[in-house]
Amino acid sequence: MQIDYIGSLPLIVIWLALGAIGIVIQAFVRDNTRLVFGYYVATLGLTGLAAIVLSGHKGASFGGMITLGGYANYFDALFCGAGIMALLAARPYLQKEESEVDEFYTMLVSSVAGMMLMAHASNLVVLFVGIELMSISFYVMAGFFRTSTKSVEAALKYFLLGCFATGFLVYGMSLIYGGTGSLAYGDIARTVVTQQLTYPTLFVVGTTLLVIGLSFKIAAFPFHQWAPDVYEGAPTAVTAFMSTAGKAAAFSAFVAVFVALLPAGWTSEIAQNQQIVIAVIAAATMLLGNITAVVQSNVKRMLAYSSVAHAGYMLMGILAGPSLGTDGMNGHHAIVFYATSYLFMQMGAFVVVGILERRDGGFLNIDDYAGLHHRHPVLAALMAVFMFSLAGIPPFAGFFGKYMLFAAAIERGFTWLAIVGVVSSVISAWFYLGLIVKMYFQDAKDSGHEAPAGLAGFTLAVSVVGVVFFGLFPQLLINIFRSW
Amino acid sequence: MNYAALIPLFPLVGFAIIGLFGRRLGSEKVIGSIASLAVLASFVTAVAVFMGLTSMPADARSFTVPVYTWIATGSFSVDIAYQFDQLSILFTLIITGIGFLIHVYSTGYMHGDRSFPRFFAYLNLFVFMMLNLVLASNFLLTFLGWEGVGLASYLLIGFWYDRKFEGSGIVWTGDAAKKAFIVNRIGDFGVLLAMFMLFNAFGTLEYATINAQAGVVLGGQETLVTMITLLLFLGCTGKSAQIPLGVWLPDAMAGPTPVSALIHAATMVTSGIFLIARTNVLFAMSPTTMAVVTGIGITTALIAGTVGLVQNDIKKVLAYSTVSQLGFMFTALGVGAFTAGVFHVMTHAFFKALLFLGSGSVIHGMHEEQDIQKMGGLKKYMPITYKTFLVGTLAISGIPLFSGFFSKDEILWFAWLNGSPILWAVGALAAFCTAFYMWRLTALTFLGKERFDHHHVHPHESPKSMTIPLIILAVLSAVGGLLGIPHVLGHPLHLPNLLEEWLAPIFANGVALLPKHTGDHTALEFTLMAVSVGIGAFGIWLAHSLYKDGTEKARALGARFSAVYKLLWRKYGVDEVYDVLIVSPIVVFSRSFLWKMVDVVLIDGIVNGSARFVASTGNVIRRIQTGVAQHYALIMMVGIIALIAIVTVPMLK
Amino acid sequence: MLPTTIPLDWYLILSAVLFVTGVVGVLTRRNAIIIFMSIELMLNAVNLSLVAFSAYSGDIGGQMFVFFIMSVAAAEAAVGLAIVLSLFRNKQTIYVDDVNVMKW
Repeated sequence: MQIDYIGSLPLIVIWLALGAIGIVIQAFVRDNTRLVFGYYVATLGLTGLAAIVLSGHKGASFGGMITLGGYANYFDALFCGAGIMALLAARPYLQKEESEVDEFYTMLVSSVAGMMLMAHASNLVVLFVGIELMSISFYVMAGFFRTSTKSVEAALKYFLLGCFATGFLVYGMSLIYGGTGSLAYGDIARTVVTQQLTYPTLFVVGTTLLVIGLSFKIAAFPFHQWAPDVYEGAPTAVTAFMSTAGKAAAFSAFVAVFVALLPAGWTSEIAQNQQIVIAVIAAATMLLGNITAVVQSNVKRMLAYSSVAHAGYMLMGILAGPSLGTDGMNGHHAIVFYATSYLFMQMGAFVVVGILERRDGGFLNIDDYAGLHHRHPVLAALMAVFMFSLAGIPPFAGFFGKYMLFAAAIERGFTWLAIVGVVSSVISAWFYLGLIVKMYFQDAKDSGHEAPAGLAGFTLAVSVVGVVFFGLFPQLLINIFRSW
Repeated sequence: MNYAALIPLFPLVGFAIIGLFGRRLGSEKVIGSIASLAVLASFVTAVAVFMGLTSMPADARSFTVPVYTWIATGSFSVDIAYQFDQLSILFTLIITGIGFLIHVYSTGYMHGDRSFPRFFAYLNLFVFMMLNLVLASNFLLTFLGWEGVGLASYLLIGFWYDRKFEGSGIVWTGDAAKKAFIVNRIGDFGVLLAMFMLFNAFGTLEYATINAQAGVVLGGQETLVTMITLLLFLGCTGKSAQIPLGVWLPDAMAGPTPVSALIHAATMVTSGIFLIARTNVLFAMSPTTMAVVTGIGITTALIAGTVGLVQNDIKKVLAYSTVSQLGFMFTALGVGAFTAGVFHVMTHAFFKALLFLGSGSVIHGMHEEQDIQKMGGLKKYMPITYKTFLVGTLAISGIPLFSGFFSKDEILWFAWLNGSPILWAVGALAAFCTAFYMWRLTALTFLGKERFDHHHVHPHESPKSMTIPLIILAVLSAVGGLLGIPHVLGHPLHLPNLLEEWLAPIFANGVALLPKHTGDHTALEFTLMAVSVGIGAFGIWLAHSLYKDGTEKARALGARFSAVYKLLWRKYGVDEVYDVLIVSPIVVFSRSFLWKMVDVVLIDGIVNGSARFVASTGNVIRRIQTGVAQHYALIMMVGIIALIAIVTVPMLK
Repeated sequence: MLPTTIPLDWYLILSAVLFVTGVVGVLTRRNAIIIFMSIELMLNAVNLSLVAFSAYSGDIGGQMFVFFIMSVAAAEAAVGLAIVLSLFRNKQTIYVDDVNVMKW
């Protein structure tokens, strides 16, 4: 088996740090949360750095089960960055809730390791292991507040539905394996192109099930119902991480799988059928997420429903696919751009929510945000920027993400879908702005005292810089995408 | 002339400094000076650029200053680049010039406000965004400005968020702000879709390329052009408060008065006209869209004008007046008189900013009173405000030699020439309403008896920082029209129509596509001019005779209208017959039908109704989220079976 | 034993039947632990199909995959039982339809 040790360094670093050294540290140094925290921040920093340095080092490793460089390394860096941001935001949050346990940091980093596998996978087995590593870590993190009814309820629902969806995911993988005789992306693509499918029906059903399994992870209609409950019930620091990085990871896998399953684009008759199915799913997801978010009164739940809608926007990029020529709008690039900007804006929003949240779980109603800009002018201004970006208002990064997705959809003839997207965007402006109206244009009802932001301030700073910077200079990211 | 890119930079720097440091900068004086100087610096630079443009040959007066490549993916490439030509520099001069005066005025008006720095930060932000809108060399940058001015307007409408504000369907100023923003979002997405379609057709979003290649790329595809231009126009109806998206502007009066003057009268609301002028070639290619623009414009002009007749809030009268005047501008664009439309943007910016600032001065002097029924006789307390307000009223009423006369008359003339006599007649009726309600406003505010409570209200003239901008604007309102003297008047006197000559290259391609009406119409034009002046004078006279002593006479008239018709005939003579036959029906009609039915029920109803629809849909579909994990699994299962069926059934055949 | 004596279809049908049995169990049982056992049944049905495919195509990949699925299922079981345990400590129930604080 051929192993490219240099190129695989990001994976090797995080695996060694997590599986060998991390366990040892936690076994011998009891209850030193500070040490474990610092250790994992450093781990993620080192891993991310290795991924960035090696991004030009393309190739395959571990017997062709892992791809290296470019796309995968970009996601490595993104996940590590998100992981560091989440760690920094989680520590003050957990301390406030008096539930800081060092295992939390381990779970978070192991979910990052799972995400990295998803982005690097070029084999269905690796994809499966990555998805499950991420998901199982998430199940634990969602239920981390063991004594909180909501947290445990979130964990249970996430766990049961997640495992249920996993059943379909692996069944799909198995049928694809039966249909093509291989689990490697490259072989599957080759079989599809040369039309040497042993069992075409099995392959088609298998791909559909695989898409369903991934649709569950991105929370697309009608597989989205876990998301509002889990995002609401999970500790806010966890929600901040899994609704952003988790979604980005699922999309990184989605894109890679689609490149393998549809090497010739949406040309064949079966593929066109699937294309319509995905278009309908995307439309329903956007509309349902936003319309339901309008009537929510809990901030976390509102953001959760709107996060469903954002998955719908990103599905448009899957439909558009990679650019056919050199000068088309690249749907996959649009997804990566959107996932990146979404990470900054959504995590920023959730971190603000987490800072404001009370020990007893209070201060989560939208009404609680009334007059926030008097008591916390900086937090309110940051929240306003995140809301504007989520609503897709230029010059924030969210605008360009949406612009690229809509443009790609229209370029491939999905004008109706873009119109649905535009309409649901208008609807989303309602609740995003509703929160701003609360914060800026109403007077406060109570004047509580929140714990200082502490390290979470760093996360917020990075988020707001990301949202503004990539709105003003989107080209920097796009240049990276075009080098893949 | 690369320094031209500094024009938008100055207000941005002002916004950043004031926004970041706020009160730490020191006194109000420092903050006000920074904000005003930022805009003044832009104005001075703009004048220098303007001078530079005038020294170029007429057909080469255009240059672009690229700042950096914003985004480039595949063939999709957009630069942050500013385009300076006859149209954009004209708007820039208006924005920065009037913007500066309003900044100075605001230092007086906002004196002592607890959020003084925040106000000026927003105001600078607005100017920056507005300059991006007009100076952009491509649609996307314009769209950035388009959204940005909406954002600034939103922040400023809700500026006094703790005040109650009575509007249709809203209670707080914050609601008014949200309404304005969301209604505008609907229009904005029209623009967004139009942009996608334009990019698909042209492969670029640069104005220069689109305008140059429009004939080649879109020639013969009238449906496509009509769709694109109608979508763009949807955005214009939002920003420029036309039917059906005009509902937000009267409610936007919840903001401080200088905001109403700058954003909701002089600059932002004219961005719809700017966009059409910028893309006049596209609009000229679609007769359907041009007809729609004309129809919407003239309908809005008339409806808003009649609604303005019965308003009692000084700012609401001006708000409806603005909507009505914007309708005039769209009428001009719709009949192909692009220069006339832009000309009216300019003169309207002068006199409407003047009127709003004047009303602000009144509100300031009357301790936040806005009801004109509780004013009267302010002439002697506020002489400067009165005189300047009078100039504004005469200008908007179209009294000869004041600026509004030239621009409005040109619009009406082209409405007849390129449109139809009916179009002219409706326009003239709207012009009559304008003269009437404006004089009603002036008379009830400044003339007649003092109807306010002397114990509590002590009217006083405003400080110099407020009156000096009023005087400057009054001078501009009086003489600004000389820039665009119609040929019929200018030709015998050898006076050129400066504005038309200046803008001719911008509109050349668009005008060339439209049918031409040649021939000598001097006599007709003079006649119509005389008639429209007469109508304006009649409106003023009628309003004066009715309202010079307060509202009693008009109220009495309304009361006696049904009961003692004959008595009224004998007692008041012929004059009052006109009142009864013309004015009262209009008043009654507009109060009972147009305002209540069309504005409140129909137009507001559509917006509020669709909002309610979304909310109730949300309340229904949230019920499928039962909270029980197995129900979710069941729905997933249904989805899975459906998807597999959809995908496999075609394979079985 | 040579696989040719039993057609591949039979394995696939058996695996599909097992899978559907698992799905029905998930949808109909209230007890969280039984639901989880049904999910395990779904996973094992998949394992069966993978082994069958692997044997018939002569490719070892499918059987390797089965080991991964089995170990992941074990990890899921560990986490799942812990979640059910803390659920019982909080609410004194492991019936899934009693757990619906968050809805709408």
